[in-house]
Amino acid sequence: MTLKLRAALMAATALCGTSAMAETTLNALFMAQAAYSEDDIRAMTASFESAHPDVKINLEFVPYEGLHDKTVLSQGAGGGYDVVLFDVIWPAEYSENGILLDVSDKITEDMKAGILPGAWTTVDYDGKSYGMPWILDTKYLFYNKDMLKQAGIDTPPATWAELQEDAQTIKDAGLVDHPIVWSWAQAEAAICDYTTLLSAFGGDFLKEGAPEFQTGGGLDALHYMVDSFKSGLTNPNSKEFLEEDVRNVFQNGDAAFALNWTYMYNLANTSEESKVAGNVGVVPAPGVEGSSSVSAVNGSMGLGIPSTSENPDLAWDYIVHMTSQPVQDTYAKLSLPIWKSSYEDTAVTAGQEELIDAASKSLAAMYPRPMTPRYQEMSMALQQGIQEALLGMASPEDALQGAADNSGL
Amino acid sequence: MEHQSRWFRLFIHLMALLVALIILMPLAWLFVMSISSNADLSAKPLRWWPNEIDISRYATLFDRSDNSAGQAFMASLFNSIKVAGMATIAAIMVAIPAGWALSRNPRLGWVLGGIIATYMLPPVALSIPLYFILAKFGLLNNVFGLGLVYLSILAPFVTWLLKSGFDPIPKDLERAAAIDGARLDQMLRIVILPLAMPVIATATIFAFLLAWDEFFYALLFTSNQDAKTLTVAIADLAGGRVSDYGLIATAGVIAALPPVLIGILMQRSLISGLTNGGVKG
Amino acid sequence: MFSERMSPRALLLMLPLVLVMIAVIGWPLVDTIRLSMTDARLAGTSGEFIGADNYTKTVSSRNFQSAFWATMRFSVWSVSIELVLGVLVALLLNQRFYGRTLLRALMILPWALPTVVNATLWRLIYNPEYGALNALLTQIGMLDAYRSWLGEPSSAMTALIVADVWKNFPLVALIALAALQAVPKDIRAAAISDGANAWKRFRYVIMPYLIGPLMVALVLRTIEAFKVFDLIWIMTRGGPANSTRSLSILVYQEAFAFQRVGSGASLALIITLIITVLAVAYLMIMRRFAGEAR
Repeated sequence: MTLKLRAALMAATALCGTSAMAETTLNALFMAQAAYSEDDIRAMTASFESAHPDVKINLEFVPYEGLHDKTVLSQGAGGGYDVVLFDVIWPAEYSENGILLDVSDKITEDMKAGILPGAWTTVDYDGKSYGMPWILDTKYLFYNKDMLKQAGIDTPPATWAELQEDAQTIKDAGLVDHPIVWSWAQAEAAICDYTTLLSAFGGDFLKEGAPEFQTGGGLDALHYMVDSFKSGLTNPNSKEFLEEDVRNVFQNGDAAFALNWTYMYNLANTSEESKVAGNVGVVPAPGVEGSSSVSAVNGSMGLGIPSTSENPDLAWDYIVHMTSQPVQDTYAKLSLPIWKSSYEDTAVTAGQEELIDAASKSLAAMYPRPMTPRYQEMSMALQQGIQEALLGMASPEDALQGAADNSGL
Repeated sequence: MEHQSRWFRLFIHLMALLVALIILMPLAWLFVMSISSNADLSAKPLRWWPNEIDISRYATLFDRSDNSAGQAFMASLFNSIKVAGMATIAAIMVAIPAGWALSRNPRLGWVLGGIIATYMLPPVALSIPLYFILAKFGLLNNVFGLGLVYLSILAPFVTWLLKSGFDPIPKDLERAAAIDGARLDQMLRIVILPLAMPVIATATIFAFLLAWDEFFYALLFTSNQDAKTLTVAIADLAGGRVSDYGLIATAGVIAALPPVLIGILMQRSLISGLTNGGVKG
Repeated sequence: MFSERMSPRALLLMLPLVLVMIAVIGWPLVDTIRLSMTDARLAGTSGEFIGADNYTKTVSSRNFQSAFWATMRFSVWSVSIELVLGVLVALLLNQRFYGRTLLRALMILPWALPTVVNATLWRLIYNPEYGALNALLTQIGMLDAYRSWLGEPSSAMTALIVADVWKNFPLVALIALAALQAVPKDIRAAAISDGANAWKRFRYVIMPYLIGPLMVALVLRTIEAFKVFDLIWIMTRGGPANSTRSLSILVYQEAFAFQRVGSGASLALIITLIITVLAVAYLMIMRRFAGEAR
């Protein structure tokens, strides 16, 4: 019975195989969150397909939260993915488990010279490259120009302390109930906000492989979050928000300040659905007096080839296309190019000079999250700690100590 | 008959109204969200009926042009139909003979107990080896593979339903057929199946709905349009660019439509199927 | 006599089912047991035998304990509310009122709604900024300001339970209604003419008919609630601060996100064991009840 079934299955799969021989199909995994929109990615892909008529690319979009697990789980599937999007925090784990192909020798001198050095840190681990950088991203401080003007604030805050003061001024002026909005849901998004603050306060995640975030700047960062949360200056719903919730609240005019990725700038400033279009200001995330002038988290992502891909060469061609300067320059509204010279190209910078200006400072200050094969576990423990502190279930000290104990490091 | 005061009757009617509202309101809201514009859905105070009815999300999801969001959604809809259909047919085919044997042999009661006991197994307890097994046979991200896995849920359930459905069919008929020299398969085909048709139909619907509803295995064992089912597609929509609440609601309405229509149309037999299980134990 | 002659045939008839069950349940289960005693990982190593290490580590871990209690709270509350509400609504549906047939028909709708759609729907309803619940409660004056439902540990669990109850109490109501309809009318009439009050009639006339089906519903719903994954995965993913992380979600994280399939397998088997203990306990109580009723 099972034998028959299996034979039938094999026959069926064989049939599918022959019919697909005429053209090669690549499966690519992307995320439906932040950076390039689904429509952008579909359009970029269409231009690759029209140049390669014998190739068909199936696009798969999952939430960021599903990206890591889908990549890992597809390892068992022969016809899994040929191209996957990966976050800057995963190359260590992926390399340890042999999930991505080492593409170091495919990277040309032109690429090495033309792409920003910061971008390469996204795909490199232990001296090897596991793909091409594709999204060069960090968190910026967005502000509602109208609200700041009405509150009599001339320049956006340059330090985190100033942000609190300005927020207080705006709250007192009755312009908005909760001036600041963040993405502090139990997710990687909260870690990105935390990392930005940790870098501003001069903290460290790890020291010699052991957790260090529970002391010094790491602890100051969480104290800052908790104070801002308890004072009511931060939207209390931040504790269940992801990036898209932040964008929704900000572009509905329900917040004066927001910490978010590049993509929010043009969506909030130009799109029809935004109620604050034309009023969106962007600056680097502020610094802390005496330790930093700006702060930033490395939130970049790369495109890699899973080791199970049956068409690695074609997959590489597709990655080269997606990361090429012309493609990146064409779709530079939601994600800034990885290429140095693009930032001097007026076609790219036109209409988003403010963002480019902020980027020039932020991208240079990008702070990495720890490179460890056990990142997922550490992150999960830290997310829990941050939430416990925000919700008043534990003091920041105890919460971070608990996270350190639970981090598996 | 019981005498009922006017106040009591009023109370009963009010309560009935309340229950109806509790059941209908969330469903109605799902539908309203699917036809409301984004501006209406993010308005404060919230608008309970859209200013202008917006059915563009339905068009988006039914759009089948190449590499569009609609194409991906429709692919998952068809995958759901394929996987649920295959698993249901296979489950019915193994459950008919087994259910009949169990019904006619009370001494096999312990086997039935064992089959029902598999219901206690959480899917997570089987998922890890199933992942490795599917990987070994190249059946990950494959509708056949997923259908096969769904048998672990459907086969025990359908067997149990059919066994209780076969019980009331008199044994005399089988005896008479046996005396006439009918073979085993003839006896099943000619004597039992026609009589058991209604219960088989009910079991088929239950099995299909159960497979339609499944999420966990589909989340683990599928990776793209080749096999991804509707439930995973909806979870992806809801977790991704969540700003378009209307689109999520529309996907929900489309996914809910088949089971809800079946529920309304087949109400009587479904309820008797559901409650039989409960009453008989 | 007939059934004894059938036996070898019965085995033949059972064969397809048995083969299928071995392939998709028996073999995986045995393999889970084997894996649970190794340090196998999802990719790479297939694992060394390490005995009961996974079990001792799992049971003593803080994550397991918090997930266990979260699952317990979810199961106990949802199932109890579903049973009580189900019986009350069944009593209502057994009365005469206008639109009774229609209301009975409506009861099938939440049951038919796919779990994933139910979870998504409730997540939208609970949205803190643009959700229908905040809007409704403030507009009718029951709430002063919008609040976060899924972001507070206390209300997040309640919100999950409400979503689960909404979907499942109609099923319990339908099962209880069928049992109520099986109560012979003359026994009821006799109890009324004997002057028994409403509570006594419920306790001594109706309960004996209700208890069996309700116990079955209780067992089935408890098992399902204890396995909960979909609802939580979509509504909170275990947050805030992991207060709603159920055991099934913990297994998923351990085995598939952290790739430690060995300890994931041990955790999965511990859940199975807990469910089995619960089910057996219920069945023993049921036997006792059945004995008393007679």
